[in-house]
Amino acid sequence: MGFIEVKDLKIHYPVRGGILNTIQSYVKAVDGVNLTIESGKTYGLVGESGSGKTTIGKTIIGLEKATSGKIFYEGQNVTNKARSRKEKYANYNKDVQMIFQDATSSMNPKKRILDVMAEPMRNYFDYTPDEIKKRVVDLLEIVGMRPEAMYKYPHEFSGGQRQRIGVARAVASDPKLIIADEPTSALDLSVQAQVLNFMRRIQKEYDLSYLFISHDLGVVQHMADDIAIMHKGRFVEQGSKKAIYSNPQHIYTKRLLSAIPDMDPTTRAAHKVERQRVEAEYTAQETNYYDSEGRVYDLQPFGDNHFVALKPNEPNSSLLNETINKGGGI
Amino acid sequence: MVVERSLLEINNLETGFRFGDEYHNAVDGVSLTLKNNEILAIVGESGCGKSTLATSIMGLHDSKNTKIKGEVLYKDLNLLDLNEKLYNRIRGNDIGMIFQDPLGSLNPLMTIKDQIGESLEYHSDLNEEQRMTRVLELLNQVGIPRPEQIMKAYPHELSGGMRQRVVIAIALANKPPIIIADEPTTALDVTIQAQILDLMLDIQNETGSGIILITHDLGVVAETADRVAVMYAGQIVEEAPVEELFANPLHPYTRSLLNSIPHELDDDEEELHVIQGTVPSLQTLPRKGCRFAPRIPWIPAEAHEEHPVLHEVSPNHKVRCSCWKHFHFEGEAH
Repeated sequence: MGFIEVKDLKIHYPVRGGILNTIQSYVKAVDGVNLTIESGKTYGLVGESGSGKTTIGKTIIGLEKATSGKIFYEGQNVTNKARSRKEKYANYNKDVQMIFQDATSSMNPKKRILDVMAEPMRNYFDYTPDEIKKRVVDLLEIVGMRPEAMYKYPHEFSGGQRQRIGVARAVASDPKLIIADEPTSALDLSVQAQVLNFMRRIQKEYDLSYLFISHDLGVVQHMADDIAIMHKGRFVEQGSKKAIYSNPQHIYTKRLLSAIPDMDPTTRAAHKVERQRVEAEYTAQETNYYDSEGRVYDLQPFGDNHFVALKPNEPNSSLLNETINKGGGI
Repeated sequence: MVVERSLLEINNLETGFRFGDEYHNAVDGVSLTLKNNEILAIVGESGCGKSTLATSIMGLHDSKNTKIKGEVLYKDLNLLDLNEKLYNRIRGNDIGMIFQDPLGSLNPLMTIKDQIGESLEYHSDLNEEQRMTRVLELLNQVGIPRPEQIMKAYPHELSGGMRQRVVIAIALANKPPIIIADEPTTALDVTIQAQILDLMLDIQNETGSGIILITHDLGVVAETADRVAVMYAGQIVEEAPVEELFANPLHPYTRSLLNSIPHELDDDEEELHVIQGTVPSLQTLPRKGCRFAPRIPWIPAEAHEEHPVLHEVSPNHKVRCSCWKHFHFEGEAH
């Protein structure tokens, strides 16, 4: 039982057009996703651009509105309530924090690091200025930065340092879940390693959960315990890291995994043959993995902590699909 | 024995950017050769000078703010001596360039056929009809579906992968013997990246062009390159055939980079390897001694050379400085 439960989440954006600017159709950015987040674990959310992975993260923290579906925090329904000032949602707001891809634009350029990092504390705790300073120093130390850093402005730091400050700020409100949206995609290899190391250290220290959103399968393999692969707004496969990487079932997962560049130049030719075989299989078998409208099927249990979106076998499967397409049922 | 003539020869290239009255070299004494039918990868992190190297070869720098020294020899011609008019004949005709951001390198107001046709019009004698035939041929070659329709489209109507294919088609239009690709797949998803890399390999097989591939992604290098040059702080620190570089990396920087690639941790590993310190800025870069020395302070100063040069330690495998002989990761016994 997780402390955050996402149930059948859908986020649809209307597409307007025509003379009267009426709603013509919907873009189904996220179309029926379930997710359970337990404490101390890292969940990798992987997909190509446009798959809807960032939208899920933003909806959990309240930067996007859910069209339907529910988000529960400790059993309390908090769907679309993240911006609410009501006392009863204060804990949820405090306990879910976010790290953004672009650290530069996620910090106010006119504020010193001390104020950047103090903001979440001022929002949620009754600290005295001295206490705030002490905590900022502690947090900076955790991400390997010196206390003097707090009197500097964001532009005075390198990209990697800024991202570490972003990590420290996310931790400042003592959260339970940090949504990390491509936190290292803009960083160089050696700097990325540093940020990932700090994220793991902090996780152990504070028993944090991460929702780690990334397109980079190598980084996710390094960070995540459980992984969900997204395509067209839905999960095509979900399960433990081991299940996904060593026993992928869905053709899309296979395709994604085979496209990762192989670090061994001696097996280049074989890798290329394998990749093109999977690519051909993907084209040939698309109808077995996606319904007539190109929608991903519902997840079905495949093994221990392993779910795959496969074509339902039941004779009345068309009926089942109909109910799902109407968005009803659950 | 026939000596294989190199397609492009770069000798001691220096590119300095002006800061006030001083020039600081972003590329600092790079010598490289590119052969026919070869993919030479240049790898390094941001700020190492790899893109500046590419733009210097292409003559894309403003002479008021940059100072370029050295030689870029192509067909007995030093490209650096050319004036703008002569350079324009080389660019696009003899050297094609593929940039990272396909949207930024395409004109949003021109249709695909006009953009590809523009380069043909400038460099060839083809008439309108012949040009359109060639445009179709190119679009087919880079694997664009329905080329007759796509050629009438504007860049914004295409996906990122398709746009990059168009950029490649433009670079290929005049069958240049040299192609410079600066991070051609960085902005693309992995599946599209794989397709574009395959395409580049196919093109190289068909045309026999020499390709300089600039990237920060070691995976891309392993998948495509024949030879690799690793750059750090404006210099090449290691150069080797691709199999050799991955099997037997020698320079501390190369070894550190390979070690910091995210992977599933083994039981005896606690964390990913991190390179100490930061990449120095152009103004603060120590120009004397081994430039990587400040990042590996546990290696004694005597291990470094006073004026580090590239040494050929085995055939075709060159390493700068001699510190690699004494290098071990921090905390590890030598």
